[in-house]
Amino acid sequence: MSGVRVDLQEPLPVPEPEGPPLRRLDAREWARENLFSSKLNGLLTVVFGLLLAWVAYRVLRFVVVDARWEIIERNITNLLVYQFPRGELWRVWAALYVLAASVGFGVGAAGRRKALAAAEDGAPAAGRSQVVRRVGPLLALVVVLLAFAQSLAATLLVAGVAATAVGFRVVGQRVPLRRARLASVLVLVGIVAAYLTITAFGGVPRDRWGGLLLTAFLAIGGIVISFPLGVLLALGRRSSFPAVRIVCTAYIELIRGVPLITILFMSAFALGFFLPPGSERPSAVTRALVALVLFTAAYVAEIVRGGLQGVPRGQLEAAQAIGLSPLKTTRLIVLPQALRNVIPALVGQFISLFKDTSLVFIVGLTELLAVAQNITKQSDFVAQGLFVETLIFAAFVYWAGSYWMSRESQRLETRLGVGTR
Amino acid sequence: MRGGGARRRPALLRSVSAATPTVQARPPLWRNVRVLRWAFQAVFLLGVALFLLYLWGNLTGNLERLGIRTDFRYLRQPAGFAIPDSDFRSSQNVFQALLVGAKNTATVAFLGILLATLLGVIVGVARLSTNWLVRRTAALYVESLRNVPVLIIIIFWWAGILLRLPPLDEGSDVFGVLSISNRGLVLPSLERTSGIGVFLVALALTAAAAAAVAVWRTRRFDATGEPHRRVLWAGGVLLVGLTLAFLASGRPLGLSLPEQSQFSTAGGFRFNPEFAALLIALVLYTASHIAEIVRGSILAVSSGQSEAASALGLSGFQRLRYVVLPQAFRISVPPVGNQYLNLTKNSSLGIAIGYYEMTRVTGISISQGGPAPQAILVLMLFYLCFSLFIALVTGLINRRLEIKAR
Repeated sequence: MSGVRVDLQEPLPVPEPEGPPLRRLDAREWARENLFSSKLNGLLTVVFGLLLAWVAYRVLRFVVVDARWEIIERNITNLLVYQFPRGELWRVWAALYVLAASVGFGVGAAGRRKALAAAEDGAPAAGRSQVVRRVGPLLALVVVLLAFAQSLAATLLVAGVAATAVGFRVVGQRVPLRRARLASVLVLVGIVAAYLTITAFGGVPRDRWGGLLLTAFLAIGGIVISFPLGVLLALGRRSSFPAVRIVCTAYIELIRGVPLITILFMSAFALGFFLPPGSERPSAVTRALVALVLFTAAYVAEIVRGGLQGVPRGQLEAAQAIGLSPLKTTRLIVLPQALRNVIPALVGQFISLFKDTSLVFIVGLTELLAVAQNITKQSDFVAQGLFVETLIFAAFVYWAGSYWMSRESQRLETRLGVGTR
Repeated sequence: MRGGGARRRPALLRSVSAATPTVQARPPLWRNVRVLRWAFQAVFLLGVALFLLYLWGNLTGNLERLGIRTDFRYLRQPAGFAIPDSDFRSSQNVFQALLVGAKNTATVAFLGILLATLLGVIVGVARLSTNWLVRRTAALYVESLRNVPVLIIIIFWWAGILLRLPPLDEGSDVFGVLSISNRGLVLPSLERTSGIGVFLVALALTAAAAAAVAVWRTRRFDATGEPHRRVLWAGGVLLVGLTLAFLASGRPLGLSLPEQSQFSTAGGFRFNPEFAALLIALVLYTASHIAEIVRGSILAVSSGQSEAASALGLSGFQRLRYVVLPQAFRISVPPVGNQYLNLTKNSSLGIAIGYYEMTRVTGISISQGGPAPQAILVLMLFYLCFSLFIALVTGLINRRLEIKAR
């Protein structure tokens, strides 16, 4: 062999694989490569270009010229809270501030741990433009709402909410949290406190909420209450007791086999029948919430079950080997790993719950979609065919919320590295 | 299986160390894990049963107190309402009304599944196109529809588009073939006349012949390697056979075109606006979800497969058709099956726009005095049957496609 001496103790560093050189294309080159690379592609470009131009023209023409947005402008408060007493609106604002503070603090604290971890890994921090892109859909929603409201006070208050959120995020980043789980507990406390801000001490009971407020309440309340139920059901389905397993599996599969609307019907028409005679019939909002919780719990259970199956068996055996009780094994070893893996899927479930709250319109609750229909019957606007405008407004609100959350969940997915191990 | 290892050793060890090895001391009853497990499950089941009994007792008590029947005999009573666009009359019973509703649900679900799959696959592939504009258009479609409640899309198509079409008398037919108005869409349909039996027999024979030709071409291709062109061959046989059979049996099928009068249309196949809105909305919404699944599945096929196909000299279409899509298909069957289930369940939202599917029929029967708990229970059972059927079919497909691992 040759006389090259190979040091066996120290392996040679493996060179990084070289990517192809990056080329900056000018506009013509870019167009040729991305739009007209072949005859077929050229044809497709022309066809789709015309199609897109036509759609854009129609949409823009409708939004800017044809649509009569006055109905939204005059009813913006109705769409947001409906028959909520106007004298008590300050409670909603206060609740928003409480929410902003707690969520900001939680995000800051969680972000700090992430930043510390990233610094260890040597990953680059997020840039400013990325932050703007991240909150883009939410920002669009707020801007549209404020444009319709045309109120200085509301604008200032929203700016205050945003400032509170950012401020508490900074605080959250500064304050050392000894226990990481405290951040999520704080967010939960914030949600409950926001609810109490509106209802407690002579406030407005949830039966008088409406519009977007009711939509948000049903979505957030639904996921918060159904989450522990879902975790219990998932654990039950994976239990070693056949009886528990069968009962939980039956519940989950039965619920997943029927549409949400049938459960809403059952709750709306028949929940009162299942209560002991003489007891007070629960209000419409409560009945809808019960249906949403029962429904969502089954889906959360399936998601959590996926996470439980993803925890390696060795973890469980190791926990048993060091003498942890079954309860402690589940609480300290299995669940934290399982839940961490399913956070993106849970966000996805929250998005579909958010969209599904529109179904309570069918059982007569005045959430966003119902208000969008009701306001077209006002004497000023009746029989003018304004349902399209209000529907588009409602669709935009749902779209902005869902799109924002789905992008966040994709981001979470890449950050947590789900499915890449 | 956590508690499974709990047939604990300590008792045994204790008995060994206690210098009386001949007597195996059994643990006392309250420490015997096997007994405890049984006891716990018995208590659990008892609790669940008691809870259900409690609900049942409340239910029957409340119903009796209000004078509502507690059995299912309401299903045999006359419905008291008619269902448009069907043979159902109000003197028939509630159960038959439900069956008509089930048929309508099945129609929407079946057509919806077909069309949504077609559109979803096209959009999913388009999202990975090399053409920037096509890619972005597909992304725009997916992101705008996926994030809006399906109920809003349904209502929008119904109230915002289909009901706003011009009325019938304002000339809304397209070349006499298609009639579009706020009364619904009318498409041309086939109309059978006499001699259909002979034609159907001839049709079956032709189909068999075409299949045989396809098999022969495939064998030939396997044996000699000459291009098989089996689609061309079989299609040709089918076309020639069809034409001959059609002429020989005395033209048993005619084309029924929509004919408009001032207030109604005759002939053709009519979609009423509710059906059309529900179908279009469900297809658009579900296709946006299927497109994401298709895209993910294609991306999940290792890029080496695609590169190898290119290296073999396959064209872009061949690469997709023979290498990438078959593998992506296998990955996407379970989630797409889930979407089929969702589409079927979402068809229950037809109630919001007045399409007579099962949920609406149930809703009407409740408003006509039917007992709500039983009626909704029956409705749930119907949906469970649908779900079970779809789950079975997708499960079978999945079992056939999955890689047989040893």
